[in-house]
Amino acid sequence: MQSLGSTRRSFAPWADPDAKPYIRFENVTKRFGDFIAVDDLSLTIYEREFFALLGASGCGKTTLLRMLAGFEHPTSGRVLLDGQDLRGVPPYRRPVNMMFQSYALFPHMDVASNIAFGLKQDGMQKGEIAERVAQMLKLVQLEPFAKRRPHQLSGGQRQRVALARSLAKRPKVLLLDEPLGALDKKLREETQFELMDLQHELGLTFIVVTHDQEEAMTMADRIAVMEKGRVMQVATPAEIYEAPASRFVAGFVGSINMFEGVLVKADGGAAEIRDRSGAPLLVGEAPAAAPGGTVWLAVRPEKMRVTRERPPEAANVLEGEIWDIAYLGDMTVYNVKLDDGRIIKASMMNSQRRLEDALTWHDRAWISFPADAGVLLTS
Amino acid sequence: MGGTWGRFNIAAIVLGFAFLYLPILLLVVYSFNESRLVTVWAGFSTRWYASLLSNDGLMDAAWVTARVAFISATVATVLGTMAAVALTRYTRFRGRLLFSGLIFAPLVMPEVITGLSLLLLFVAVGLDRGFVTVTLAHITFSMCFVAVVVQSRLVSFDRSLEEAAMDLGATPLRAFFQVTLPIIMPAVISGWMLAFTLSLDDLVIASFTSGPGATTLPMKIYSQVRLGVTPEINAVSTILIGIVALGVIAASIVNKRRDVLRRREENLARERGEG
Repeated sequence: MQSLGSTRRSFAPWADPDAKPYIRFENVTKRFGDFIAVDDLSLTIYEREFFALLGASGCGKTTLLRMLAGFEHPTSGRVLLDGQDLRGVPPYRRPVNMMFQSYALFPHMDVASNIAFGLKQDGMQKGEIAERVAQMLKLVQLEPFAKRRPHQLSGGQRQRVALARSLAKRPKVLLLDEPLGALDKKLREETQFELMDLQHELGLTFIVVTHDQEEAMTMADRIAVMEKGRVMQVATPAEIYEAPASRFVAGFVGSINMFEGVLVKADGGAAEIRDRSGAPLLVGEAPAAAPGGTVWLAVRPEKMRVTRERPPEAANVLEGEIWDIAYLGDMTVYNVKLDDGRIIKASMMNSQRRLEDALTWHDRAWISFPADAGVLLTS
Repeated sequence: MGGTWGRFNIAAIVLGFAFLYLPILLLVVYSFNESRLVTVWAGFSTRWYASLLSNDGLMDAAWVTARVAFISATVATVLGTMAAVALTRYTRFRGRLLFSGLIFAPLVMPEVITGLSLLLLFVAVGLDRGFVTVTLAHITFSMCFVAVVVQSRLVSFDRSLEEAAMDLGATPLRAFFQVTLPIIMPAVISGWMLAFTLSLDDLVIASFTSGPGATTLPMKIYSQVRLGVTPEINAVSTILIGIVALGVIAASIVNKRRDVLRRREENLARERGEG
């Protein structure tokens, strides 16, 4: 498959076969009684990477993070950090720090003491501690709040104290468990960029656990999509979105239209499938699959066009009736009901302020998309 | 709103409080009685308080009681807190149910039986009855009260605070002393106060386990009352009531003030908004 290109700085150690793995989960399984939280999972994370574990609650992502912090221990398999097996290393001797979902700020200490807590445990000199605390307060812009107790702070301020506290010891790896979950939407978006800048500035490895796909897409270099204790796909945000490896990943991240069909012909990259209604669909690139097998063509709504007239040169066209319209400002989402009852979601950018002859409910319309708009999935 | 205070309600409250406090009020009033006869009012006087100070028997008993209560409450608080931590933390060890049952059984055990069994034990091991045995007995029965109070606080304790401490490099022991203990301290202190009061007013168990030279105040009062109530007993009881009332009032004022302060600060933080 050709590269989809990267939207971010040219940082891709995972593509380099000589790159040294920094954190490795090797065939890790974790059971709680009969419940399998993590199921024979292997994963490699590189130094300075911003890595996201994405999945619904109960998929094992937090357990994975807690195993790295030392609060849970693998039932089988190994966890390695910088070549060292972490088995038997207690949490207080691991060079990783964690930012807890609840922030877990010590309520009986003020902000400065919270930040200094880890440094005191290491027996650092008093003057040095004060200096580092001041530095951390400046980093998160909380200098005027050093003497406040956690309950005297707003949610956003608490989040920043938790961040400063977990960064104060300059850990090799920072673990973030739903770091922005308790913030409102606007603050969350701002903080996402702050976290990215911070990670870049400090040159640390960040591992973030989140159930919010947008958050993962925004911040991470790579994302591991998890389900039932397994990793379904590890890839860059663009690859996860544009080239999902399975129907699960395709459906989990963003919205998508799925055409189930039979592979009719596959030669030299291009392929043709026949979908349920018997209509042929052309696909630009096809995986190695024998004709006759069941396949799924996944097409994102924004890769489709909705028009009143049949477009003359489109590779794939489908006819239907406008069933629902959602106007979102920047774009409009059309639900188009095909004649066989299937509903297809297509979205169009509103690049002009006024549309002449706009489509409306119950209009007949054509959906079209080029051959390379979709991904052919076999699983 | 005005109609809610009906005659019936007022009557119920007056009668209820009279039922609770009339005997105590009577005792307090008669402690200031001039007369030697307890039931005959002969004018106001504080002479019984003065004569109390020169009554060595009562003063000795008061001193014994204070020491027993202080030592037993302190030891019971340490042991009870440890038991509470073990019970809330290690929820899956073998025999946990048995252990927690054993800890809480003395709460409902008749005092006579606790006292008798302790007496039998002390006789069996040949421990002379006196100050040590009373103190040990009081530790035994007040420990489970402390465990209950501290455990109810620990159940709502956010474990991630301890995890955060360990994550930042604190050993489990340090995490306990620097994070957990300061946060649950109010519960530990009220456990101590409960143990202290329980020891202070225990008569039954002390009667079984005490010996010569270690007569506690309740024992002394009880034995003297059998020879007839003297105004001195009224006076010492009034002092006891005063100490307990002061403690309760001080604790509730401190709690209330902390509550108000906290709420004000939280409101302030909310008003200042996010960010």
